[in-house]
Parts: sequence; structure tokens; C-alpha cells
Amino acid sequence: MNVVTFSGPPSSGKTAVILKTIAALQQRKLQVGVVKFDCLYTDDDELYQKAGVPVKKGLSGSLCPDHYFVSNIEEVVQWGKKQKLDLLITESAGLCNRCSPYIKDIKAICVIDNLSGINTPKKIGPMLKTADIVVITKGDIVSQAEREVFASRVSTVNPDALVMNVNGLTGQGAFEFSTLLYDKADNIETVTGKKLRFSMPSAMCSYCLGETQIGEEHQLGNVRKIELGDD
Amino acid sequence: MFNQTELKNKKISEIIAEYPYTENFFKEQKLVLNDQEKNLKEIFQNLSLEAREDVVFDLEQFTASLLSYIENMQEFLGETDSVVKTLSILAGKDKSGYPENYKQLNIKSGEIISIVGPTGSGKSRLLADIEWTAQGDTPTERKILINDQIPDKKWRFTGGKKLVAQLSQNMNFVMDLSVKEFLHLHAESRLVEQEDALVDRIFEEANQLAGEKFAAEAQITSLSGGQSRALMIADTAILSSSPIILIDEIENAGINREKALELLVGEEKIVLMATHDPVLALMGDKRIIINNGGIADIITTTAEEKKLRRELQILDKLLGDLREDLRYGKKLGQISQQLTAIKLIN
Repeated sequence: MNVVTFSGPPSSGKTAVILKTIAALQQRKLQVGVVKFDCLYTDDDELYQKAGVPVKKGLSGSLCPDHYFVSNIEEVVQWGKKQKLDLLITESAGLCNRCSPYIKDIKAICVIDNLSGINTPKKIGPMLKTADIVVITKGDIVSQAEREVFASRVSTVNPDALVMNVNGLTGQGAFEFSTLLYDKADNIETVTGKKLRFSMPSAMCSYCLGETQIGEEHQLGNVRKIELGDD
Repeated sequence: MFNQTELKNKKISEIIAEYPYTENFFKEQKLVLNDQEKNLKEIFQNLSLEAREDVVFDLEQFTASLLSYIENMQEFLGETDSVVKTLSILAGKDKSGYPENYKQLNIKSGEIISIVGPTGSGKSRLLADIEWTAQGDTPTERKILINDQIPDKKWRFTGGKKLVAQLSQNMNFVMDLSVKEFLHLHAESRLVEQEDALVDRIFEEANQLAGEKFAAEAQITSLSGGQSRALMIADTAILSSSPIILIDEIENAGINREKALELLVGEEKIVLMATHDPVLALMGDKRIIINNGGIADIITTTAEEKKLRRELQILDKLLGDLREDLRYGKKLGQISQQLTAIKLIN
């Protein structure tokens, strides 16, 4: 089984891109399954079901979605194997822009959209910097110049990544993208023992443990202060 | 070029002196450079935990990334092999698996080719084949040649360098910038020389194309549909790195479409135009008929069609004048006399 991890800011078009890509993979008679990680709510699983794709969803609730991802990924891989998938796709939303659920030796894809603004590549850090392939969406509604500037910013932040444009609505580019996802020679039996590409967002403070009171005396543990200066 | 070990030990100022564009790389990577006389090794040794978190990469990864960036940029700047003189499309098959009705279509730079066919007939697929420089590895099994050769893989994967630029009616500007700032931003990302002159030229050309003039200080998001289109076309013609332009139906409002096409062709671009407007479609030297996912026919514009186009131009102008009159509050009169005049020219 092949495994790829998809990540990207909310509403950047991950699900649309994955669905169009799966359609292309299904034409090659490949069995593809998806596990969708989200925070509080998602109905994307229904979209996958409609497309005839085996799907599971996991909601992290009050936990950091990335921590939830990494504590469940092995079980997810075993589920994929039981389903006899050729390709397992995990999809997770980069909710705090600091998300980076990528694993070494597992293909990592970051989806970002042209509408999010040209400073976004700089803002989302590890999620973009450590990806193997960057998919840029929503190119059909912004100008050519904005697409070019955006892509060049992406390449500055991650010079090693393959950068592709995929249209989540029409599927333009999805077939081409799909050819990069599956490699017959690859086989993942387990991810136990593998390492994350970058540490996850870390915090261990009183508020993580349920504190609701505001004030210096209630702030314990890992606390960082904003620099406001004296003026 | 510096190797990775050298990059670690060179002072930042030395790296920037050798490759000026790396200044932008350091900025985008959020590496704080208080002292440019230090080398990367020293800087990484002294990074605070927070700063290290921001930079994401460790020294090894950072210098590897910097090296890739320099390689990409050197290639981008030193390019001479990306001139597209001819684009060739070699026949594949349609959705039913039948071979397409042509062998090879060669398009030269400066040529306009129209693409016609109903929605869903395969126009997007054709464009995607060109953009991907297909080599029999897409559903249509078409092959694309550039300058009679199998194209370099870079066309598929390089972020800043795509084979096809696209313009469509649905596109909008989304950045909060003035026209001038916007053009400078685009020019900077292309690392062009004589940036100011180029920006001025695009601005002037765009205003020539637009029905209503606009100022360099105007916000791009507040431009009218026609003005936006005019700016997009002038900018794409002069500043886009893509040698092929696909135009998806430009509405006949607020923009001089013929001048726009002349501008694109004058910049030695290959223009592919999906349109069902006869005034535009007949501007093409040829038109590709798409049906059921394949190219069903390629028609060369006939002498009679060229005459028809002149008649249509007159009609187009009549309608345009009426629109202008309407806009400025004039009363409209009949045009039967002018229509008779069209008959007289043949």
C-alpha cells in the first residue's frame, strides 16, 4: 500500500483536489481510501462516500489536531491495509498554520490557494516548507500575474518542492497530479518507528489543562509573551 | 557556484553580494539577519528556540534549500532554451478511443489558433495536454513537441515557469494594491531589468486597450471588468514568462479585443483562443474543432470567411457606437443605412 499525507489551510480545496485526483486513479483501477482528520465538524466523508471511496473520519475535538493525527496514524494505516487499498490518503486541515503532519519517507502534499494572499506562503511555515509537492488551487479566478507571483513565492519558501496547479472544480491538472501519487514499487506496512518531518505545535500550559481564568498568576508552564515595547 | 559547505561558512554579505536575489530568500524564510558579517553556521548556533521554530529548517536543511533556490534562480536567469518557436500537437484518440482526425498540428509563435466545440467536448483536456507537455501519458495519448523536440521536464514542475498562461472572463484581481504597485510586484518576481520602463509600457498599453482610461494609482480591485481585462492582457503579453496564452472567451465590453490580440501576437506569443464569437474566431489563422474529447477537424480560415470578418467588424463597431451613445445619455437612431452600406462593399 502507498500512503500520502495531504495538508493545507482550511477551505484551500484539499477535498476537491483529492476527489478529482481519485477519479483519475480509479480509472487506473487503483483502490484508494481516505481518512479525514478535522477538528470539530466535517461532512467531507459523505462526499467521499458518494464517490465510492472507503472513508473514515476522525475529529480531534479539544485536542490539537496534529497531536491527534500522530497518535492515530498507525491504526489508520492498518485500517487501510485491511481495506486492501493500493493508496491511502490522509487529509488534515492546517488549522493553526503551524500544522505539519508530515512523516519522513511518506509523500507529503500541501494544498494552498491563490485567494489566500501572497504572504500566505511565508505565514504557514512547516506545512509548506517541508512538503514534497505543493498544489496551488483556485487559479481560474485570479489573474495570471497573481498566479505567477504566488507560485514564485511558494518556490522561494520551498525551492525543492514540485509546484503544480490543480483546478478543484474542473479537475484540470488532477490527472497529471495523480500520476505523481502512486508508485507500484512503494509499500508501507507500518509507520511505527518512522519520524515526523518537523515537531508539532507544542504547548503545555495551564490552559491546556482546562484553566479558564485570565491573569498572570494562572499562567503556568510553557508561556510566551508578546513583545509590545515601552512606547 | 558555492557548494553547501561553502554556503555555511560564507558571510551573509558575501552570499548576497554573489547572488543578490538571496536577500529575498532570507526574508521569505524568516531568518533574522542582524549581522550580515556572520556566516550561516554562526547564525544558526545563536538562534533562540523561538527563532529556530520560525525558520523550521536546521542548518543542514537550510543550506540545502538555499542551494536549490540558487540553482533554480540561476537557471531561471540564464535561460535561453525556453524560447518556443513552434508548438506541435501530435494526434491521439477521442473519448471513444478512435484516432483523431489529423496527424500533426504545428503552431508558430505569433500565430492565433481558435478552439471551438460545445461545453465538455474536451477543450480543457487539450489545454491540459499542452500544459503538461503530454508524451502519450494522458487519457488522450496526445504528444506535444516544442521546437520539434520532446520538451524538457521543467515545463511540468517548475513553479514560476509554466508553458501556458491563461486569461478568462472569470478572473479577477484579488490583491489590495494600486495598478502601479501591482505591476512592480509582478516585475520584481520576474527579476526583470529596467523595471520602471517596463511597468510604464504595460500601463500605457493597458490604457490603449481599455474603453475607459484608468490611473496608475487606481486600486486594481476597483477596476471595471473591461479595465481589468485590459490590464491582465497587457501584463500577460509583456511580463508573463509563459510563451503560450490561452484566452477563454473575452466579452465584448470595455475592451478593444482586436488590439489586445495584436499586442499578444506582437510579443511573439502563441495564442490559443476558445471562443464562439465569430469576430474573434475568424481572427485565427486556423480553428480547431473539438468533439467527444478529440480534435475532429482543423479548418484553415477561408478567403470568404476573411471577407465575412470585415463585415462583422463593421457590425461590431455599429453596436459598439450604440453602446457608447447609450452610456453618454444620447438618443439612439436606426442603423438601416449603415447596414446597407455593408452590402455595398461587397
